[in-house]
Amino acid sequence: MNIVVCIKQVPNTNEVKLDPVTGTLIREGVPSIINPDDKAGLEAALRLKDELGAHVTVLTMGPPQADAALREALAMGADEAILVTDRAFGGADTLATSTTIAAALKTLPYDLIITGRQAIDGDTAQVGPQIAEHLGIPNISYAEEIKVDGDYVTVKRQYEDRYHIVKAKMPCLITALSELNQPRYMTPGGIFDAYRNAEVKIITRKDIDVDDSAIGLKGSPTRVAQTFTKSLKAAGQLVNLDPQESAEFMLEKLKEKFII
Amino acid sequence: MDFVLSKEHEMARNLYREFAENEIKPLAQELDDQERFPTETVEKLRKYGFLGIPFPKEYGGQGCDTLAYVMCIEEVAKVCGTTSVVISGHTSLGAAPILKFGTPEQIQKYFVPLAKGEKLGAFALTEPNAGTDASMQQTKAVLEGDHYVLNGSKIFITNAGYADTYIVIAMTDKSKGTKGISAFIVEKDFPGFSVGKKEKKMGIRGSSTCELIFENCIVPKENLLGKEGKGFNLAMNTLDGGRIGIAAQALGLAECAYEETVKYVKERKQFGKPLAKFQNTQFQLADMATKIKAAQMLVYRAAMAKDTQKVYSEEAAMAKLFAAEVAMEVTTKAVQLHGGYGYTREYPVERMMRDAKITEIYEGTSEVQRMVISSHELK
Repeated sequence: MNIVVCIKQVPNTNEVKLDPVTGTLIREGVPSIINPDDKAGLEAALRLKDELGAHVTVLTMGPPQADAALREALAMGADEAILVTDRAFGGADTLATSTTIAAALKTLPYDLIITGRQAIDGDTAQVGPQIAEHLGIPNISYAEEIKVDGDYVTVKRQYEDRYHIVKAKMPCLITALSELNQPRYMTPGGIFDAYRNAEVKIITRKDIDVDDSAIGLKGSPTRVAQTFTKSLKAAGQLVNLDPQESAEFMLEKLKEKFII
Repeated sequence: MDFVLSKEHEMARNLYREFAENEIKPLAQELDDQERFPTETVEKLRKYGFLGIPFPKEYGGQGCDTLAYVMCIEEVAKVCGTTSVVISGHTSLGAAPILKFGTPEQIQKYFVPLAKGEKLGAFALTEPNAGTDASMQQTKAVLEGDHYVLNGSKIFITNAGYADTYIVIAMTDKSKGTKGISAFIVEKDFPGFSVGKKEKKMGIRGSSTCELIFENCIVPKENLLGKEGKGFNLAMNTLDGGRIGIAAQALGLAECAYEETVKYVKERKQFGKPLAKFQNTQFQLADMATKIKAAQMLVYRAAMAKDTQKVYSEEAAMAKLFAAEVAMEVTTKAVQLHGGYGYTREYPVERMMRDAKITEIYEGTSEVQRMVISSHELK
């Protein structure tokens, strides 16, 4: 079984701040990590590999420094790593990104593609399902549990108030939630191997079959009109009450504002 | 001269830090309070290869270098002195000499499971009357046919009671002095071997430190490690490596006490301003930070020397001497800057101060390190 896990290198948003003037993320000095949903997707793939045997490839689209995220995935146990990178891919929105990644995936063997649900720096949750659409394969999003049986995959799909158990024939694409599992640590030897013995394969513009108008800034219909930091609302009211009184106080306030 | 760590070392540090923070730190206070050995952590260390970092892959290790190993000890010591010495006692003392001096059979039988972390190792040199003067070995080993018979006792043995194999130094021919000393691999279940009294210690209280007793202990002839009469050299050579691990432990303790202190002095207010605004605090922090960096350079240099030089005892001794003394000084100052709170177990700095003291004593006291260094300087 060939599993391809699509990952994204993101700034660790726990440590990120917004520039108050421009409203953009201040990325300097902020450590980069593998997006948490993607890391859970990788762990799911590695567990399938441990259980059933599989070849796990990690793929990311990004600038050259995304290499570190791929080496981390190799150190966790992935077999192969691919960096999709080119100046021509720059400025891509989710549509152009998914178009590019799908074109790269067409050059690879795959039975199962796993992506994270969404990235903590963009929170769109669009790229995974769009890739499935481009490839014309089924997509199961919000996976909280993944089981493989023969050619079929069964996924426990999280909804707000219920679960769906969805079964699909492979090849298909699954988007993973970080609740799916607790990703394993790298090993020291895995890290040394990832840097000293492994190679990250590079896919550039010329390696994929896609129209120029569909990639990069040109292929991106999304235009950001404005980004801004939400202004602070009026100060809240601080009260010091026992639990019973607190509940009553909150109830009163909610009624007052016609929330309940 | 290059002061930039490689990407693999940087990533390894991130791994150690994350692992230490999530898996080791939550237990640190409890291990100290209860004087409890971290059995559950040892299993996690095994799972992620932390018990064989500097050993070759073909023998079950991780295939990393000594620098990657000491960085692990450093990061673990930052959150728990006890756990750091479990790793270094196992790796540098319990396992390394078998790889270096063992026969191919001994390596397969004893070293490989140690490097994989399936078994835990220990090293037994010190005796009631043979501490700094390790040549005064009284444990005897007498060859009788196909086995040696060991009689005597060892004290202050790290990982005792939890280790599966012990490297035991014993006298095979007293008339030859240090040239009559030999080393043996003793399994925990060998007849006549037992673990005696457990020490109650000032620091590293979760680490198991016990007496070992040999009463007509039968050790097969093939468990002689290295040649007969070469045991003293083996022990001294092993301690050279071990000292770098202890130096890294001292470094980690100093670093953590320093970080805790920086946090504290920014928050704690007296006379209407944070302690960090007082020049006394600032100057103390400057000295602490500078000494820690200097210690780190010496420790990393010794680690690199171990991988590139045939002899590195002076580098190892300098690293241990300096890092241990810095650890003691920094942790003591950290308690002082924390004031009354620092003396309580509400804050971790008192534990670090207690844990730091042993780094000036074990695997050669600071005085022994000075003897080693001066003997090289006066050559």
